Amino acid sequence: MKKLVISIVLVNLLAACASQKPHETTAVPAAPAASAAATAPATASAVAAKTAVDPLNDPTSILAGRSVYYPFDVAAVQDADKPLVQAHAAYLSKNTARNVRLEGNCDERGSNEYNLALGQRRADGVMKMLELGGAKTGQLDSVSYGEEKPKATGHEESSWSQNRRTDLNYAK
Amino acid sequence: MQKILFAVLGVLMLVHTSMARAALSIEIIGAGEHQIPVSIVPFGGDEKLGLAINEVVTGDLLRSGLFRLVDPAGKSPHEAAEVHYPDWQVRGTEALAIGTVSAQADGRIVARFRLLDVVKQVELIGQAVSAGDGQIRAVGHRIADLIYEKLTGNQGVFSTRIAYVNRQGKIFSLIVADSDGHNEQIVLKQNEPIMSPSWSPDGSHLAYVSFETGHAAVFVQSLYTHQRKAVANFRGSNSAPAWSPDGKQLAVVLTRDGSSQIYLMRPDGGEIRRITFSGAIDTEPNFSPDGQSMLFTSDRGGSAQVYRMPVAGGAAQRLTFAAGSSYSPRHSPDGKSFVFAHLSGGRFYISLQDFQTGQMEALTEGGWEKKPSFAPNGRLILFASEARGRGILATVSSDGRVKQHMYTQSGDAREPVWGPHL
Repeated sequence: MKKLVISIVLVNLLAACASQKPHETTAVPAAPAASAAATAPATASAVAAKTAVDPLNDPTSILAGRSVYYPFDVAAVQDADKPLVQAHAAYLSKNTARNVRLEGNCDERGSNEYNLALGQRRADGVMKMLELGGAKTGQLDSVSYGEEKPKATGHEESSWSQNRRTDLNYAK
Repeated sequence: MQKILFAVLGVLMLVHTSMARAALSIEIIGAGEHQIPVSIVPFGGDEKLGLAINEVVTGDLLRSGLFRLVDPAGKSPHEAAEVHYPDWQVRGTEALAIGTVSAQADGRIVARFRLLDVVKQVELIGQAVSAGDGQIRAVGHRIADLIYEKLTGNQGVFSTRIAYVNRQGKIFSLIVADSDGHNEQIVLKQNEPIMSPSWSPDGSHLAYVSFETGHAAVFVQSLYTHQRKAVANFRGSNSAPAWSPDGKQLAVVLTRDGSSQIYLMRPDGGEIRRITFSGAIDTEPNFSPDGQSMLFTSDRGGSAQVYRMPVAGGAAQRLTFAAGSSYSPRHSPDGKSFVFAHLSGGRFYISLQDFQTGQMEALTEGGWEKKPSFAPNGRLILFASEARGRGILATVSSDGRVKQHMYTQSGDAREPVWGPHL
């Protein structure tokens, strides 16, 4: 079953690469599901149905948002991002087979070690909120990258604001 | 066509590799007062070796900021009997270094050198310095140390080593190099971040943080056998290793019980015990030279500041109160002061604070300056800086007078730390 899901994901990815239009291909899983059905007819249709209704893959869903942002040297989830985290908590509580990794990041102000600690606190803060919202501990993991993996590399607020972030990274 | 592409790629990679290997180039900013005028005559014997030693010795002495080099102006004595002192006195030089160097049959390099007091016309040092095959720079650094020690009264640090992390795109390398940045050796190279190298007191091991397991874990690696072990790999982050002065304990920061807190353990990972209980961020521990107390960074007061506490446990005392935040404290080797990175008004300064008076002094003009550490003689401070958009290594004398930039040829140099005397 797991293998099948992986193969579908792979086919999806290949399709995305081939067409260079990832937004269209993610919304239309029918074709790859059909090709998977040829190798495992008993379960493929069920998987295809599940994939089709998974709100995680719906670009219009609040769940399409996978990042939480912070002010400088702050680790608490801001009011603006609370609905996003709560929606993911509700999703995880209903979809107990899904696992998510919280990845905390910081801007480059502060020492590398302090930022590693701050990023961990950010990730753990989101994790706690997901738990309170109904996700199970076993579905969650947290990690900090501190300032080591910046998304934007400039030395100004426009870069820093993108790097002060916790990403919700769902396991495939 | 594909073959041609590969050939081009191959050439590009060769160029790239040789650039990465090329030594750091050095830029000196400012100069100290009361510089001692010295003349270094290129050693006789093997002329090529003599010139190589001369380059290392003069580079070391200049960088310290304590010496002014007086040109030998064509005079090239190699033995004491060949020295005509009035020739040197008229040039204003106070000390003269001469000697010979040769390569032995087994490849060993042997230099016989003398340091002469031009004013008193006496020999200050007469000594042979030798090193293994190819270690010509080591001979030069040793001679520079002997000259520095004799003329300043302080222990030289030119023969010591530094460690730092080089980041090139997504490739991270842990590097060990001579104190002047030359003779780089790659200890570890990988696609995941490396942070916080820390020297064991005897210089035989490095502890550091690696993300190779997907999260921050603490490793200890022998620089001789290259054997390595993950000594702290709990859930969350494991980081900020610091050795006790006797080498028997490692302080680390773990999040396994919640927020980042300081723990002590054996360097092999055994006997872990927690020593801070703040619930805030406590990180970047650094032992005092006597091993009794510890400096660390904490945000328990609302912003990141430097605190001190007894290693045996007990109340922590806040030490930094200036506007902004303070990070990365390190004791001076004499234990009387500490250096740290001070973030104020959007700029990082390398600052020094006296324990007794509490007085703080910025040693740099400010910029992107982080992660200071003292040379083992306490006279120089190594730190991470930035120039022309790249992370570089830099030093500043502990009185703030002499600054030196070291440019790596490619990538960003970060997280430097000065090693101990060997």
